[in-house]
Amino acid sequence: MNSYELMVIFTPVLSEEDFKASQKKYSDLIAELGGATVHSNPWGLKSLAYPIQKKTTGIYWLLEFQGPSDLNEKLKIQMLRDEQIMRHMITRLDKYAVEYNHVKRNGGFAMQDKQEA
Amino acid sequence: MAKNEIKYLTAIKQEKPKKKFCRFKKYGIKYVDYKDVEFLKKFINEQGKLLPRRLSGNSLKYQRKVQDAVKKARQMALLPYVTDLLK
Repeated sequence: MNSYELMVIFTPVLSEEDFKASQKKYSDLIAELGGATVHSNPWGLKSLAYPIQKKTTGIYWLLEFQGPSDLNEKLKIQMLRDEQIMRHMITRLDKYAVEYNHVKRNGGFAMQDKQEA
Repeated sequence: MAKNEIKYLTAIKQEKPKKKFCRFKKYGIKYVDYKDVEFLKKFINEQGKLLPRRLSGNSLKYQRKVQDAVKKARQMALLPYVTDLLK
């Protein structure tokens, strides 16, 4: 059961409830494939650093989940088929990353050690 | 022999450049988050290119982590590939 982090960029024309619906759809898909979602964090509409598919804004969604190693392949197939998704990326989290996300979520992250760096 | 060339008895003391340190070792940062754009901006120059180790002062292990994080951020359009961003 490795921990992964999925980041998805949806097309900006997506309405709010479509956005929620597709979030739910993929969370259920992960649960059904034997994974467990740890934390979902929709960023919402953000401007992209460079245009993707002629669009300059996109709806970001971040999902941290745990699952068996073969889950990502099935997830990828679904995502490539879904045309609402412009781009997605699944990254594997090592133990430092998981701890980092955990601390960051609880706000305990001492930001000042980065500021003074 | 240039007449006006002034010869100093002792060499002029150049200002010693600030000792560079690896901020990851110093502050014990273990994971470079590709979503933390503000932090990653410290490691790229105006054109959005990665700073070499001699300028960023990172150790090899953490420079590679920064490199991966920047490339992931570029892939997910958090950082531009090339720009003349006035950071």
